[in-house]
Amino acid sequence: MTFNMLIAILAAAISTGTPILFVALGEIIAEKSGVQNLGLEGMMLVGAVTGFIVGASSLNLFMAILAAALGGGVLALLHSYVTITLKANQVVSGLALTIFGTGLSGYLGKPYVGMPAPVKFDSVAIPFLSEIPVVGPVFFNHNVLVYFSYALVFLLWFFVYRTNFGLNLRATGENPGAADSLGVNVFALRYVYTIFGGMLAGVGGAYLSLASAPSWVENMSGGRGWIAIALVIFAIWNPARAIFGAYLFGGVEALGYRLQAIGVTASPFILNMMPYLLTIGVLILVTISSRTKHIGEPESLGIPYDREER
Amino acid sequence: MKNVKKYLVALIVLSMVFSMIGCSGADVPAEEPEDNEPSDEQPAEKIKVGMIYIGPPGDAGWTYAHDEGRKYLEAQIPNVEVIYVESVAESSDSERVMTELVEQGCEIVFATSFGYMDFMLNVANKYPDVAFYHCSGYKTTPNMSTYFGRIYQARYLTGLVAGSMTEANQIGYIAAHPIPEVIRGINAFTLGVREANPEATVNVVWTNTWYDPAKEKEAAKGSLDSGVDVIAQHQDTPGPQQAAEEVGAYAIGYNTDMSSFAPKANLTSAVWDWGPYYVSAVQAVLDGSFEEGQYWGGLADGIVDIAPFNESVPADVVASVEAKKAELIAGDFDVFDGPVKDQDGNVVVAEGETLSDGDLLSMMWFVEGVNGVIPE
Repeated sequence: MTFNMLIAILAAAISTGTPILFVALGEIIAEKSGVQNLGLEGMMLVGAVTGFIVGASSLNLFMAILAAALGGGVLALLHSYVTITLKANQVVSGLALTIFGTGLSGYLGKPYVGMPAPVKFDSVAIPFLSEIPVVGPVFFNHNVLVYFSYALVFLLWFFVYRTNFGLNLRATGENPGAADSLGVNVFALRYVYTIFGGMLAGVGGAYLSLASAPSWVENMSGGRGWIAIALVIFAIWNPARAIFGAYLFGGVEALGYRLQAIGVTASPFILNMMPYLLTIGVLILVTISSRTKHIGEPESLGIPYDREER
Repeated sequence: MKNVKKYLVALIVLSMVFSMIGCSGADVPAEEPEDNEPSDEQPAEKIKVGMIYIGPPGDAGWTYAHDEGRKYLEAQIPNVEVIYVESVAESSDSERVMTELVEQGCEIVFATSFGYMDFMLNVANKYPDVAFYHCSGYKTTPNMSTYFGRIYQARYLTGLVAGSMTEANQIGYIAAHPIPEVIRGINAFTLGVREANPEATVNVVWTNTWYDPAKEKEAAKGSLDSGVDVIAQHQDTPGPQQAAEEVGAYAIGYNTDMSSFAPKANLTSAVWDWGPYYVSAVQAVLDGSFEEGQYWGGLADGIVDIAPFNESVPADVVASVEAKKAELIAGDFDVFDGPVKDQDGNVVVAEGETLSDGDLLSMMWFVEGVNGVIPE
């Protein structure tokens, strides 16, 4: 394997990992507030199709991304209403929304099948930075959504761990009763962060339809919404760790194809299992180490908050 | 109990969600025949035809090609009404769907994927007066026939184009699953490549998916990174075409004309044209000439073909491909005519011999010139 190929694999790990990074970042924030959203796959698809449609009709990529975020956000609003206000089971609602989103996106996208995206995100090399050996071609020769994701990881980490808003967010997910008694509006926060998570899932979907493979193909997310859910656990609910996980998951895929291309056989079945195997491994480690100190999943994750039962 | 009430409300909301899915899935597709119907003539009686699809017609690939065939059928025989059901799982669910189609009055049923075989057989035995057609299978009864196309002939022709256009003498082939149908296609393509360019090799990359544009594109990028300058594919999305377009390489498409996704890269595509077959199959039933049989048509029938060439393909290459196509249509030549060697250089098909349909349908070995392994 040549040096150039290694660079190509690392760069591909980033471009392949970025869509699941967006989705996982959104889900981390939603789960930090205590709401689990298994509808990510459906929200990605709705984001992918609304992003493509608005991109094709407005020829404006900014509008396209905005529409994708709105598309994902509207589904997440539905999830919020059902699980936060009506206090229904989060798993059931999430699964229903995945199925609903798949059907809805297929219906909306029908007229756009077989049409190449008229506008798409192309790679933009950042001057100077992209000329640094190794680091440049790996990190600074991507489309703008990738650069946006770098900034987002830092911003979300800072928000969650270094601001008062982040403190309230974490309190809402850990102990909503205590947060409520201190004047935190648990219901409002859960709504906001769940919708925010859905919006990022929509952006992750639009990455597929406007950057990865610029076209609309039904069901094009191909299970990435589920990989993102595994990634949330892999990252132990920390936005900063999610970026490494996303690139690791992306790198496994990128590496497998390049090994095959130069004649090294790696079973595709094993490679497809890797993200989940890694996640199970991390889960075991987290569970063991959480006996001594509290890390890992928010205490009230998946439990609807009810004032009368606190 | 306040909570119980809220759960009930939630249940109602969810059931509404599910019922909406039900509507978009199975009921809507029962479309009226399209505008080609002559307005002054009202056919006395509609003939109902049922079709089940493995995927959505929006896949831009396999099911899309079948759906184009359905539209052609409705345009050609105006008093035919097709009821189609998309994304039917290859399980006992398909048996239920086919039974429902017959109960709705369908006199002819088409099933467009291999895995429906045994379920269609069960339904066919229950309804001896209905004609059943199964795509790509091998089981028949007096009222059930099979149909498929020799897409490998079209792939051979696209191989001639790829072999002529490669400068690196290395071609990448993005392949879905290691089954005889895919392997047959890789072999036919490689024989075409080597006919045009004995120096060239075909490097196979397996994706283990039929249908994932981002994955397929990533696999093609990986192949391009290793030094190939033409990409071919046995995948249902145009992802590999886009990967070639981005780096200025060439690409060969599959299923439908994929040139719109990669106007510079796409040289041609191996394509399906099911329409004329669907017309003749329905006509046979209407004429009372239905017979149990196995149809495996090739270029001569027009069920498979190649898409128009890119303008970058030189005229002499176009001429030689057209000449080979004429030979294949006339039956003067077949793709697997000997001598054919396997990957290790052993002669598998001797000079003057060719492979039987049985050999082709169970093919699990690569010809000389393929770099890659068939996963166990």
